Amino acid sequence: MGGPAGGAKTAMTRTVRVTVALKPGVLDAQGQAIHKGLGALGYTGVRAVRAGRYFELEVEDGPDLDARVRAMCEGLLANTLIEDFRFEVAG
Amino acid sequence: MIGIVVFPGSNCDADTYHAVRDVLGRAAAYVWHQETSLDGLDAVVLPGGFAYGDYLRAGAIAATSPVMRAVRAYAAAGRPVLGICNGFQVLVETRLLPGALLPNVSGEFRCRHVYIRVERTDTPFTCALREGDVLRIPIAHGEGRYYADPAMLASLRRDRQVAFRYCDADGHLTEAANPNGAVDNIAGVAAVSGTVLGLMPHPERASEEIVGSADGLRIFESLAQWLEGRRASAGAAVRPAQDGAAASAGAEVR
Repeated sequence: MGGPAGGAKTAMTRTVRVTVALKPGVLDAQGQAIHKGLGALGYTGVRAVRAGRYFELEVEDGPDLDARVRAMCEGLLANTLIEDFRFEVAG
Repeated sequence: MIGIVVFPGSNCDADTYHAVRDVLGRAAAYVWHQETSLDGLDAVVLPGGFAYGDYLRAGAIAATSPVMRAVRAYAAAGRPVLGICNGFQVLVETRLLPGALLPNVSGEFRCRHVYIRVERTDTPFTCALREGDVLRIPIAHGEGRYYADPAMLASLRRDRQVAFRYCDADGHLTEAANPNGAVDNIAGVAAVSGTVLGLMPHPERASEEIVGSADGLRIFESLAQWLEGRRASAGAAVRPAQDGAAASAGAEVR
């Protein structure tokens, strides 16, 4: 990935997609309610539902991008006592 | 002076102010969430409500506010901090208290009187109570299911950090008495030191018989008693030195 020629300082941003959900062992009351709702609408064959949150961040690029996003997830976006997070850097 | 923090979305701040000033008879002051100093306050209360709309997670955005930086320092200095309902959620999100508060297992907002049993009495908020006392106090929350993983739960028990547990009218810890699915029936926890305490039930809504129960007032009375004790012991710590000086002065004269 080449930067702009001549070393012009252009802050490149990347789109980071973060997903946060309760850890597998933690009872997900919201997911259970959604599961029941699907059943009530006649959608059978759904074994389980886990609910979560989705974030899209526009973040300045850099060699430490992953570390910065990880810190943001651990610091605010997820409560790591009860939630897992994963993220992918796109475009 | 007892400070009551006001976040955008707090809605029990006025009730708490009333309980502290009009019922307990102590001076009270509102503290805005942009405040960076808590100087001059004898205790700080984080009231109930939906701070910052409870966006992201209950208490999560409030935990990033300027006043919480000040509350962290205040708590670190051993000063008393009480979190009620949303205030408790803010304290766990700030990590001043261990654990997390999850959506109720029923998926429903629960608003009714419950019974809680006093499990620890050496804190500024429970010192006028006895272990095993049962209080009747209302809850009003959708996210009050206290959670700690097994290792954390073991350390909470070891360090006597469970301050209140949901119980029946006779003080028995039953599943039916647990309104939200909290682990180990936990309704309130304290820091190891005891000076920071959070609970889901609303003592300020149970501070006068006219509203159905005055049991919650005992929590505020505990704080008043604790503050008086601090003042008395601070006075006592000064006195022996003065007595000593007077005695040696007397000896010189003789």
